Amino acid sequence: MRVGEIAKKVRSKNAGPFWVTVDIFCGSAQAYDRLVKGLSTAAVAQVYSQPEQLLKRFDIADLNVIKVSFPRPVVQGSRDDRDMHGAQWAHLLAELEIDG
Amino acid sequence: MPTRVLVPSGVLGLGFDRKALARGVAMKPDIIAIDGGSTDSGPYSLGAGESKYSRAATKAEWRELMQARAEAGVPLVIGTSGTCGADATVDWMYQITLELAEELGQSLKIARLYCGQPADRVIAALEAGRVTPLSAAPEISADLLASMTNIVALAGAEQVLAALATGADVVIAGRTTDTAIIAALPLSRGDLAGGAWHGAKIAECGALCSTHPMTGTILVDFDATGFTVEPMALEAACTPHSVSAHMLYENSDPFQLYEPGGYLDVRGARYTALDDRRVRVEGSKWVPGPYTVKLEGARAAGYQTTILAVLRDPRYVDLAQDWVDGLTAHCVEAIAGRTGMGPDDYSLEFRLIGVNSALGAMEKRVGQPVEVGVLGIITATSQAKATEIGKLINPFVLHHPLTPNEELPTFAFPYSPATTNRGALYEFALNHVMRLDDPMEAFRLEVTEVSHARG
Repeated sequence: MRVGEIAKKVRSKNAGPFWVTVDIFCGSAQAYDRLVKGLSTAAVAQVYSQPEQLLKRFDIADLNVIKVSFPRPVVQGSRDDRDMHGAQWAHLLAELEIDG
Repeated sequence: MPTRVLVPSGVLGLGFDRKALARGVAMKPDIIAIDGGSTDSGPYSLGAGESKYSRAATKAEWRELMQARAEAGVPLVIGTSGTCGADATVDWMYQITLELAEELGQSLKIARLYCGQPADRVIAALEAGRVTPLSAAPEISADLLASMTNIVALAGAEQVLAALATGADVVIAGRTTDTAIIAALPLSRGDLAGGAWHGAKIAECGALCSTHPMTGTILVDFDATGFTVEPMALEAACTPHSVSAHMLYENSDPFQLYEPGGYLDVRGARYTALDDRRVRVEGSKWVPGPYTVKLEGARAAGYQTTILAVLRDPRYVDLAQDWVDGLTAHCVEAIAGRTGMGPDDYSLEFRLIGVNSALGAMEKRVGQPVEVGVLGIITATSQAKATEIGKLINPFVLHHPLTPNEELPTFAFPYSPATTNRGALYEFALNHVMRLDDPMEAFRLEVTEVSHARG
């Protein structure tokens, strides 16, 4: 199944001009458990073509949220930036197929 | 001493619910604080020293807040005035305030907090080892700093308090942290520091921490053990989930927030529903550290001209990337042949709208679009060069054939001229902190009194 079919919502946004952050709102403890187990940080890194060690991951059980932040490969608004707010990046993760 | 802060909305210029604001004023706040900016829209505002929001929208909303201030009889503070908080946008906000004071017949003491940094000051700090890069910071040098059109330092609570201590009715601040304008007063009155910063972070986007984000207005009560947050629109509610989830928003780390002079740690925070609309938060911690202020800077990295064509011919739509590859090679050759310009002078990129223009090489999906927009972006070392290249490639973008032996196609140009000169391409060029001995040493206050009281 895809991440976006298990989670209630996947959101991405800049966290300042040099970082982007992706929030996976799982919506229930069950979906949260499934995604915490099924979605590896390595898989997220691969979706965004980033080295895994650059990713900061927070599994927040109280909110049923998985949060992943990493430095923007292109700085917000620089010549090669294609998405000023980084908000479309979420869909790449939402469309990722995971096992389980 | 308990402190009540009214936050009319997440940013001036985006609107708020008037009834919610009126309700907030009736709750007798000690201060009204609103943010005036963000880096979220990109580097242009800081680079050019211009507000992103329209003057008319800003003035209309500021009028209502100045009226609310007069009614409440408490200070009104705006942080990061004019989107970027550069000195020029503080002046812009000050002019609007002067006009409104006259139109409304108000007598006011106005404090302006300037946060602009002369390049020389930052260069001296860099050379003295007092400028430190944050994670993912670009490389800097004295030359790069000198080339920046605007550098600002983010003021914290200390500088906002200095402005309030002048007895100002209205504080027009340049770049501040989003939280400082809200946290300053509670901190000065001895409320819990962790609660002051945490409550400020929760309220800085207005009603975004509630179930009805568009209503804008939020009220926060700070005290010795924490804070209580309540939305002012009756249809809105704050829940432990809506409040705690706000720590995720546009934040790379949801538990730690760095501010001048320390950081906020919310790992131990407890969120409790007081009723179905109000949330109580306790257990947030402030951890003092060295006094540093964050720097933001922007510089012109080039000048741009763009061109947009739309392919509807199904064969060209199917082969859009091949077409663009051929077109690019043709353009590069023609530019070199006719102007002598090469890679040191310009770059040329075509993005395929309908294929992968938002995500580029990261895009994994392949679709079958009906049409493809071809956005050509020329970035050159001067506008004259970018403009010239735009004119030069215009006919190729219109007529370039997939193969040499076919009739010249003509694609859809949405407007004439087909090219748009965009002016400077600014880029964010600083993600650093600067160490200060005295919080005010990199900031400047100006206080003015205006008198328009109607007799």
